[in-house]
Amino acid sequence: MLETTFFYLFGGLAVFAALGVILSKNTMYSVMWLILCFFNASGLFFLLDAEFLGVILVLIYVGAVMVLFMFVVMMIEVNQAAKREGWLQYLPVGGMIALILFIELVAASTSGVFTTGDMAMTGHIGAEVNNTVEIGKVLYTKYLLGFEIAAIILLVALIGAIVLTLRERKDAKYQNISKQVNVRKEDRLTKVSM
Amino acid sequence: MVPLSSFLVVGAALFSIGVVGLFLNRKNVITILMCIELMLLAVNINFAAFSHFLGDIGGQIFVFFVLTVAASEVAVGLAILVAYYRQRRSIAIEDINTLQG
Repeated sequence: MLETTFFYLFGGLAVFAALGVILSKNTMYSVMWLILCFFNASGLFFLLDAEFLGVILVLIYVGAVMVLFMFVVMMIEVNQAAKREGWLQYLPVGGMIALILFIELVAASTSGVFTTGDMAMTGHIGAEVNNTVEIGKVLYTKYLLGFEIAAIILLVALIGAIVLTLRERKDAKYQNISKQVNVRKEDRLTKVSM
Repeated sequence: MVPLSSFLVVGAALFSIGVVGLFLNRKNVITILMCIELMLLAVNINFAAFSHFLGDIGGQIFVFFVLTVAASEVAVGLAILVAYYRQRRSIAIEDINTLQG
């Protein structure tokens, strides 16, 4: 009973916050709504016995990714007035596509394939099973290749983000360290015969 | 006890809202990135739900990978956006057509 209550709380708030993301006028408010959505999704992960993922979602998404979004929203001044004009223009086609998609997904998930048999209801894993340990056991053995590829993807994204935003400013004074180190005596010292 | 289909319905709702958001916000690229995040979150919820109800931890590993890819995508996307904003002083989607050269 308590679990069902929490499910409706988290699930309802997640959907409500998602609506806030797409409907709020200010981009900053959208970011805030998305943070609320991620918190509630984290609660859903906890209900699904995936504690590690719930914590990771808060740490990485709320702690890092959404803060990155906030930085960019603050750096880029969006023209608020121009942003919203004609925003309902695409609602008929977009709403129709999304509605059809939603109806199809709901029909598929309640059709009986997932509502009967073993999958319909599962009890919770006992407290003696540590979710983090279980993930570690398969992540570093069976999915080791995927883990390494994920690491490389992160490295590429890191370097790519730096390369994309790096710029040489003309008006700033830079220190050229290799030039300083490689300087020779003859470059700076001149002997003047008196 | 919450059945599997309830989690799937929440995932479907989040995904559909993400799709509507892609269509509604034709003016702001940051909002589009956020809608993509919403859709990936919906996928993650489905992965975790199936992982729980099938008793297979592999689904949670894939949530992990999806999180990795989503984080990289956001980092690169926002970097492109910042670089573009420096050039054009605008991130309106109509102006981004000029990226095609």
